[in-house]
Amino acid sequence: MNFWLGIAGLGVVLLASAVMGAFVILRRRKPATFREIPAVERLRKAVSRVVEDGSRLHISLGRAPLYTPQSGSALAGLTVLRRLADLTSAGDQPPIATSGDASLAIVSQDMLQSGSQATARGRYDPTAGRLTGLTPFSYAAGALPAMRDENVSADVLIGNFGVEVALLTDAAQRKDTFSLAGSDNLAAQAVLYASAQEPLIGEEVYATGAYIGAGRLHQASLLTQDILRWLLILGILVGTLLKLAGIL
Amino acid sequence: MKFKGILPTAIAIASGALVLLGYFIRTPFLNMIRIELLQWAVILAAFAILVGIGNLLLVHSSKVRRQQKGSFYSVLLILAMLVTLAVGFLPLPLRTDGLSVLFNAIQLPIEASLMALLAVTLTYAGIRLLRRRLNLLSIIFLATVMLILLGSAPLPFIGEILKINGVPLLSGILRPWIAQVLAPGGARGILIGVALGTLTTGLRILFGSDRPYGGNQP
Repeated sequence: MNFWLGIAGLGVVLLASAVMGAFVILRRRKPATFREIPAVERLRKAVSRVVEDGSRLHISLGRAPLYTPQSGSALAGLTVLRRLADLTSAGDQPPIATSGDASLAIVSQDMLQSGSQATARGRYDPTAGRLTGLTPFSYAAGALPAMRDENVSADVLIGNFGVEVALLTDAAQRKDTFSLAGSDNLAAQAVLYASAQEPLIGEEVYATGAYIGAGRLHQASLLTQDILRWLLILGILVGTLLKLAGIL
Repeated sequence: MKFKGILPTAIAIASGALVLLGYFIRTPFLNMIRIELLQWAVILAAFAILVGIGNLLLVHSSKVRRQQKGSFYSVLLILAMLVTLAVGFLPLPLRTDGLSVLFNAIQLPIEASLMALLAVTLTYAGIRLLRRRLNLLSIIFLATVMLILLGSAPLPFIGEILKINGVPLLSGILRPWIAQVLAPGGARGILIGVALGTLTTGLRILFGSDRPYGGNQP
């Protein structure tokens, strides 16, 4: 990487950190209000239903190893897993987490264990966080029985998926269960738009945490994303105008 | 926060910050630390596969023990796992031949059939989309799919007679315009959003707000 490009990249990271920190301090008293994402509203209702009828929540985290750049969406999924584990703590059954990567499966077990310690139930089920397969299709095929046979009434699929995710959303559709799904992969997003009951497009995947009350820093990070997006739009427009004017 | 919670958080934040710095500023020292830490991560991930396979075995053996629905398939999975493991311990060249048979005769056909099933599933999902979510975006989505499909399809018989490769206006002008102008524009917009989301997710972990590495959240 070019030295100045590296410095510019580091500058963006530092700017994002500063903006995020500033929002955490400034918004301490007055929480931010965001546009409504209908999918997340319906997720809240589905979670309440899970608690009321004693059924289970299934969360699938995709198949991106944690040490790759694709793990961003899986990390967003892990936040959702932790928050939903807390929200369903009053229910009869703990959530199930499935994943297609071993490191992700271990981390999901850790999240579920932390969640169960915080509940009155207190007992952790080591089979609740599962590795279902190591190839895309074996992962999907392994997650299907969990969705079908374990009294699941809501499926949340957030992570790095490929087109195989359609098999999961189709299974949810056939069982008439709620399904909310989002991915960072473009092909998967197109597939999810057609097949999921509630698709999350683009950065909505990363916004879910802020919408389900995962903490102040989640709200601050959402505001930071908005500011950086406007800066990028401005940069693109200025660049286009300079190019048109023949300066660049 | 107890010491038990502080230590992993401090290690994770320090490691993350060093890898990030090493990525942007390529000094020999930072580069060495970055590569070393990433190699550790890869080694740990390899061990994680062993733990993951143990977890898979635990899940399915408990399913068999409790005689849950579909436990027959769990028995098959455990048997397949043990057979594959046994083949992996065979001496060469039996091991290579055995694993190649297992892969080509079982894994490959099953994955190919799932791929074929996916084609049907996606077609069905496309048809169901208008019934489930009838709005302008869904109509545009399906219309684009149809235009791209029609623009990519060759014209059998007529094409040979008229010496053309596809539907004239569609395959020559409309499909390339959608695929090379509109689609990349939209895709870049989505990818910028994804990149910003990934950046802030990473920062939350660096700040110790999200802790996927154990312990309770703050």
